[in-house]
Amino acid sequence: MTTNSTALPLPASFALDRRLQRPLVILLALAAPLIALAMGKSWVRVLDFALLYVLLAIGLNLVVGFAGLLDLGYIAFYAVGAYTWAFLASPHFGLHLPFWIVLPLGAAFAALAGIALGFPTLRLRGDYLAIVTLGFGEIIRIFMNNLNQPINITNGPQGIDSIDPLTIAGLDLSKDLDLFGFQVSSLLLYYYAFLACVVAAIILVRRLQISRIGRAWAAIRDDELAAKAIGIDTRMMKLLAFALGATFGGVSGGLFAAFQGFVSPESFSLMESIVVLTMIVLGGMGNLAGVIVGAILLTALPELLRHFAVPMQMALFGKTLLDPEVLRMLLLSLAMIVMMLVRPAGLLPARTRYAHRDRRNA
Amino acid sequence: MITLLESRAVNKRFGGLKALTDVSLTIRKGEVYGLIGPNGAGKTTFFNVLTGAYAIDGGEFVMNGAELPSAKPHLVVQHGIARTFQNIRLFRELTALENVMAGHHIRSSAGVWGILTQSRAAREEERLMQERALEILDYVGIVRHADTVARNLSYGDQRRLEIARALATEPQLLALDEPAAGMNATETAGLRTLVETIRGDGITVLLIEHDVKLIMGLCDRVAVLDFGKKIAEGTPAEVQRCPDVIKAYLGGHRAH
Repeated sequence: MTTNSTALPLPASFALDRRLQRPLVILLALAAPLIALAMGKSWVRVLDFALLYVLLAIGLNLVVGFAGLLDLGYIAFYAVGAYTWAFLASPHFGLHLPFWIVLPLGAAFAALAGIALGFPTLRLRGDYLAIVTLGFGEIIRIFMNNLNQPINITNGPQGIDSIDPLTIAGLDLSKDLDLFGFQVSSLLLYYYAFLACVVAAIILVRRLQISRIGRAWAAIRDDELAAKAIGIDTRMMKLLAFALGATFGGVSGGLFAAFQGFVSPESFSLMESIVVLTMIVLGGMGNLAGVIVGAILLTALPELLRHFAVPMQMALFGKTLLDPEVLRMLLLSLAMIVMMLVRPAGLLPARTRYAHRDRRNA
Repeated sequence: MITLLESRAVNKRFGGLKALTDVSLTIRKGEVYGLIGPNGAGKTTFFNVLTGAYAIDGGEFVMNGAELPSAKPHLVVQHGIARTFQNIRLFRELTALENVMAGHHIRSSAGVWGILTQSRAAREEERLMQERALEILDYVGIVRHADTVARNLSYGDQRRLEIARALATEPQLLALDEPAAGMNATETAGLRTLVETIRGDGITVLLIEHDVKLIMGLCDRVAVLDFGKKIAEGTPAEVQRCPDVIKAYLGGHRAH
């Protein structure tokens, strides 16, 4: 398999036998929350959030990595999904619809928002597209912030609380489950529910990637003029990328609202969009495995800092010099700079496949 | 002889510059038609207007009796016209195979739902597409590089891949923009054989080329453009004798 020539070879210890890779990853995914649980419940919570970010990163990667459309307002779709859940399953409007209605609706609304964003930006590329999408993300957030008058729709900056949890077939995921005398934490239940969503997302995105649609996106990304010249309707394909990418954001947002039980515009700031973009750049744009690794790393990093930064500084200097939040931004920026110098194609820069064939040669 | 493509008084202006002035040509089914002329004569502009990369400012193109849409490249392809570019434009990060499969886009139909559910029809289409793409790669002689990423191919192979990608759209008219540019003698000879094979398989070829030997050996008929106007049309031998053509190529006083 061809790898990016600018990437350094991975250390030998990383180069596991390919046959071993898959079962190991599955095992790790299943066992991770149990290990985290041993370290404390808050770590399972971190993993839950990591999976939501993985879902976001997979969706954004579809737009940025596959189709090459730089989107700096992606978090808006997360917001649409979250608020859809909040409107339809909370005391705010007194609606308590089940998840199998709310989640698809959230995804559909996010897809519509994706088309709404895609339509006016079809002619734009690169920097110009980035600026418009950035504005779009902010518009959605500001709407959420201000639609509490004259009619109260979003409850403004206070946000919406007491949101219904995810309830699957009568099982309320927000309550610990009593399983044969064992107490299964609600956080674990959410973890496995989110994991199921992530696995489904991976399968669906891989199917899209290795198809005429995935190849059309890659064609537009590599050379839009040539893509047109072989008959690809670039307008339709871009709209499709925006819509499908947004769908994943919408689902992730809905799950976020259910998990958190509370949404407010604060959760959907520009910084969040940039963090998700950083995840896919760090991991390896286009490559699904890389994107997932990037999302997990960047969710775990601030939590690790929160736990260790203050005690370590206290031990070293006797006082806290740098707030963990400041340190997080500092480390994030440093990591990005080092990455761009050493591994510009990301941590896992494997080439994305758009046909089944070269699996044999890999 | 059946007419395949006709350009009727085609005009293209860039601001005050008349890039094409009333260019009328008739390309017959099954021939290799050459378009030659000095640099800046308007050959590539003609290609760009024909294939919809630029909007037409006057006149029309008629393909198989139907007027071609202006400035809608993806629709022009559906009328059976495929092109290559003067400066190679491949999908750099895709393999040769994936490039050709991308070329099949308009000849395939799987939708989002079929792909997401991996319906039997979608899987079958994907399999056929791949088979067909390998055949085309074999046809242009680079099937051994099927899994090579396009940007890593040699220059000559990149040219061939671009032709393969164009063939994948199943065109009736293949428009090649200086396919021999930058090629050495061996590669040019190979290209000539390939174009002859393509013609032999019933695909009409429209060729822009600077290599006079190639044009003279390959083309059934030639049109000469100069300053955006057609100054001659005929067999290569006829055109070579035409005084206007000699003037355009070798210089001489022209009232402009």
